Amino acid sequence: MSNSLHIVVCAGIVPDPLQTLEPLATPTGPGLKNEMVLPAVLDPWAASALYEAAALAAKNPGSKLWLVALGPKAKLQQVMMTVAQKVAFELVPVDGPIGGFPDAHATAAALSSAIESIAGLDHTKLLLFGGWESASRGAGVTLQLIGERLGIVDQFFGVDEISLREDGSFEVLERVEGGKHQVSKCAGTPAVLGWATGNLAEPRNNPQVGMANMRTIMPALQKAQTAKLDANSLSYVSVNLPRQQRETRVEKNMTPDEIAAELVDWLGKDF
Amino acid sequence: MGTVAMPETKTMLTLPGDAVRQILWRFADRFDLQMLVQSARGVARGTVARLVASGERNTHEWTAAKDEMLNAFDRAGITAAFMEPEEGGFIAGPKNLALGLAAFELAWVDGGAATASLAGFLALSPIHERGTPEQMKRYKMLAAPPQPGEDRKPWRGAFALTEPIPYVGVDAGMLSGKLRIAEWKDGEEPILEVDKRGRFITGIAVANFVTAAVYTDDPRIKGSCVVILEETDPGTFDRGTATKKLVHQLSSTGDPVFNLRVPASRIVGGYTVKDGVIVPNFNHSEVIEAVFRRTRVPVGLMTASKLLSAVEPVIRYQRQRYRGAEGAKPGSVRYEQGLQQREDALHRLVDVWATGEAASSLGFAAARLFDELDPLEKQKTAILKERGIAGGRAEMKALKESEQRAIEFLKLKEGDPRRAELEADPLVQFVLKDSEANVLCPATKLWNTGHGANMMREAVSLMGGYGITEDCPGFLANKWMDAQLEATYEGPEAVQRRQLTVTMTSEVFLAQFSAWTAEMRRIASTRPGTGACTLASAMNLWTWSLHYLQNATDPTGGKLYHGQRQGVTFALADALSWLMASRCQILDVLELESRGASDAVAAEGLEGTVQFLSDLCHVQAAAAAGEVSRICAELVFGYTRHPAWDEEEHRSCFLAAELEELEETMPGIMAMAVDVVEIDGSHPQKAGPCAGCVGSSEFLRLQSRLTMCLTGARLAKDRAADTVSKVMIPEALDYPAAGPA
Repeated sequence: MSNSLHIVVCAGIVPDPLQTLEPLATPTGPGLKNEMVLPAVLDPWAASALYEAAALAAKNPGSKLWLVALGPKAKLQQVMMTVAQKVAFELVPVDGPIGGFPDAHATAAALSSAIESIAGLDHTKLLLFGGWESASRGAGVTLQLIGERLGIVDQFFGVDEISLREDGSFEVLERVEGGKHQVSKCAGTPAVLGWATGNLAEPRNNPQVGMANMRTIMPALQKAQTAKLDANSLSYVSVNLPRQQRETRVEKNMTPDEIAAELVDWLGKDF
Repeated sequence: MGTVAMPETKTMLTLPGDAVRQILWRFADRFDLQMLVQSARGVARGTVARLVASGERNTHEWTAAKDEMLNAFDRAGITAAFMEPEEGGFIAGPKNLALGLAAFELAWVDGGAATASLAGFLALSPIHERGTPEQMKRYKMLAAPPQPGEDRKPWRGAFALTEPIPYVGVDAGMLSGKLRIAEWKDGEEPILEVDKRGRFITGIAVANFVTAAVYTDDPRIKGSCVVILEETDPGTFDRGTATKKLVHQLSSTGDPVFNLRVPASRIVGGYTVKDGVIVPNFNHSEVIEAVFRRTRVPVGLMTASKLLSAVEPVIRYQRQRYRGAEGAKPGSVRYEQGLQQREDALHRLVDVWATGEAASSLGFAAARLFDELDPLEKQKTAILKERGIAGGRAEMKALKESEQRAIEFLKLKEGDPRRAELEADPLVQFVLKDSEANVLCPATKLWNTGHGANMMREAVSLMGGYGITEDCPGFLANKWMDAQLEATYEGPEAVQRRQLTVTMTSEVFLAQFSAWTAEMRRIASTRPGTGACTLASAMNLWTWSLHYLQNATDPTGGKLYHGQRQGVTFALADALSWLMASRCQILDVLELESRGASDAVAAEGLEGTVQFLSDLCHVQAAAAAGEVSRICAELVFGYTRHPAWDEEEHRSCFLAAELEELEETMPGIMAMAVDVVEIDGSHPQKAGPCAGCVGSSEFLRLQSRLTMCLTGARLAKDRAADTVSKVMIPEALDYPAAGPA
C-alpha cells in the first residue's frame, strides 16, 4: 500500500558559511555586514530536511513536496538557481527580511500562514519538515511554533531517519546524548520533524530538474506575498559571533580519520 | 553591544557577486544560464578542484579520475548545454553565451577541465554547423548524457584538424589527411578510405568518434571535407601516445593515427555526385571557419576567468602576509593590512583586475553577438538560397549591396524613417553583426589569452615565492602556464592577427567603429569617470593611423599596410584589440548602472560597485590608450628614414648666421629653432635633424589630445586601489589548495 504524503519543508537562507560575517547595528536592529550582497545558501540544516523529504516523496508515489522559504525574494531567486537543480519541489516563497534576527513567533506566524494558503494541501497527510538547528541566529523554536499553529502535536527534533510503514505509521530516530538515537514510533501523519543531518548526501545539480522546477518557481516568486515581521517585539542586548567557531578552513583532501584526530585535538585545547 | 557602526561610503562592499555579474554580462533574465553557472561552478570547485589539489595534473595519461570528471560534467548538465532540449539538452536556441559561461566557471579552477568540456563541443561543432539533419540527430543524441531511466554511456568526440608535425617538411596549413574511394558499387553508397594522422588532438583518449579534416587523394573526390570517423569503423583507430603537455593536463591530448573505411554519408554536410565525382557540399575550410569563429570565444573567456579568479587569493595573501610575525600584533596596521599598506601591491592588483574585467566583457560581448548572429545567419542563407545563391563567394558577392545599405544605416540619424526600413532588413543586420563578429572573435582570442597570459604572470608575482608553488591558493601558477596554451591552441596569436588584418579594414566594420567612437564621446559627456573620452581619443588615433598606413609607403616605395607586412598589420590588430576590450568593459558598467537598481541584490551598495568598476574602466582605457599611442607612433614615424646631417637633408635646418638675421625681424625665433647648423658645420649631438612625415602634425595633434585625455586616470587608479584595500572578502577560498602528496 502506498502512502501518499504532503511534505512541507520550511527553509530559510543564510550567508555562505565561507563568508566573513560581522554583526552590526542597523536601523531595524542587529544584522550582518553586507548580508544582502553576500552569496547565500539554503540553511544547511533545512537543506538536509529537503533532501530527505524528496527521497521520502520519491519512495511514496503520489506524494507532493513544497518548499516554504522566507527571505528577500531577489535573494531567494538567486538561491533557487542552485537548490532547484537538486530535487523536484514547488516553492512557496514569502518575501521578508534577511537574517536570523526577527522574532521566531512572528516568523512562525508568517510561515504557518503561507502553509495554510497552499492549495490542495491535505493536513491529514502532512509532514512538516525543517531544520532542527539553523546556520543563522536561530532561536531553535520556529519549527515547533509553526507546528503548534497548525495544530500538529507529534513533533520530533534532531531527526536523522524516518521509516514509513505500510499502515501509515512511522519510526523516527532522534539524536540524544552520547551519539545515540532515541527511537520513537508514531501512529501517522500529521507530524513535525526537525532534521539533524539525516543520512543522505547532497544531490548533484541537474539543470534539467532545475528547468522543470523553474516553471513554477519563477511565477511563485513574482507573486510572493510580503510578510512584515514585527521588529519591536525583541530587543538585543548584544550580538557577537562565536569567535572560535569562525576559524573557517576548507579541507577536502583529509581522510575522515585525520579530520577526527584534529577535532579531538581541538576539543582538548583550552581557549 | 559588540557591533560596529554602518559605514556610509561609496566603496564597493564585497567582491562582485552573481547578481552583479548577471547584469554586467546580460543573463539576468536567463535562469537556464544562471543554473548552468551554478552547476558548472559546483563541479569546478568540487570535483575539478579536488583533482588538481591531489596532483592529477602530474600525469599526461588519461586516468580513471579524469574520466570521472567527464562523468561529473554529464551529471551536472555541462555536456547537455550544447544540445537542444529535444536532443537531451535544457537550453533552447543559440548556445554561445552558455558555453562561454560554462568554460568561464570551469577555468576559474582549471583550464584543462574547461578544455575537456569544450573538446566534446568542438567535435560536435562541425556537425552542428554544417552537418546533415541525419548526422546532427545521430551524433548529438549519442553525445547527450543519458536521460532518467536510460542506461548508456554518452559518446565523446574529438576534432582532428591537424597541425603538420614539425621538422618533417610539411607546410603549415596542409592537411595531413587523405581521402580515397575504396569501393563504389553501382547504385550503392561509396565507401571511403580515410588516412589521417592527427597531432595534439584534444579528447582523443576518450573519443568514440572523431570529426577529421581530410583532402582528396582521388580524382573521383573533389577538394577537401570533414569526415566523421567512429572507433568501431573497420581499420585502424589508434589513439596514439599521450602528448607530454606541461599544461591543461586534465584534458587528454594525443597524436592519433587513423586508417578507416567509412561510408560517404559520413562526409559532414553530405555530398553530391557530379560527372562521377563526389563533391562534398562543404569543403573543410567552410566547415572549420564556421566552427572556430564560435569556439575560440570560450577559450578567450577561460583566460579572463583566471584573471578574475586571482583577485580573491591575492587580496587574502596581501592582507595576511605578516600575520604570525612577531612585529605584527593584532590590531596593528601591519597585521590588518599586510602588503596592502603598499601602493605598488594595490596598483598592480588593480591592473590585473581591470584586465580581467575587460577580457570578460569582451569575451561575453562576443559570445552574445554570436547568439544574435546565429539565427540571422540561417535567415541570410535561406534568403540567398531563395534567390538561387549558395556558396561562399557567390554569397559574398550578393551581400555587397547589403554592405552598402548597412553603411547607409549607420550614417542615418535616429528617427529617420529610412533607418527603420534598413533596421528591419535581415541582410543588413547580418552584415553588421557579421563584420563585428569577425573582429570581436579574433580580438577575444588574441587579446584575452595573449595579454591575459602576461597579466596572469603579474598575478603570480603578487603572491611572491608562494605564487610559484603547487600549494598556492587558487592554483595561480598553473593558470599562468595554462594561459600560454590558450593563446596557442585553436589558432595561435599569429592566426588571429592575420584574420584581424583583413576584417578590421572592412568598410562596414570601420563605419561601425566610427559610430562607436562617437558613442564613446557621448558616454564621456555624461559619465566622464569611465575613461570613455580617453578611449574615444585612442580610437580616433587608431583610425587616423590605419588610414595613413593604408596609403603610406616606406622609403623604398613598399606599401606599409600589406598582408605580408606583419610588422604593421599585426601591430595595428593588437592595438585594436585593446580598444575593443575597453569599449565592451565600459558598456557593461553602464548596463549595471542602469539596470542594477531594479535588482534588489545588486542594488545593495550599487553606487560603490559602479564607482569601482568605472574606475577599473578608466584604468583600462588609459592602459589601452597608452598602447595605442605607442604602437601608432612607432608605425607612423618608424617607417620614415631618419634624416642625416648630410648636405641633402640638413638643407631644411637653420644656419646659425641665417637665424641671427631672422632674429632681428622675428624676435624669439632663435629660442624656438632646434636644428641649427653652425658656421663650422657642427650641429646638435643627435642622430640627425628632427624627423617629420606627411601628416605628422595631425597625428601629433591627435596624440597630444590623447595624452591630455589621460587626465584623472591615475586618480581613478588610486580610488580603485583604496577599494581593493577595503573590500570585504570571504574568510577562505571555496576550493582547496594542493594537499599532501
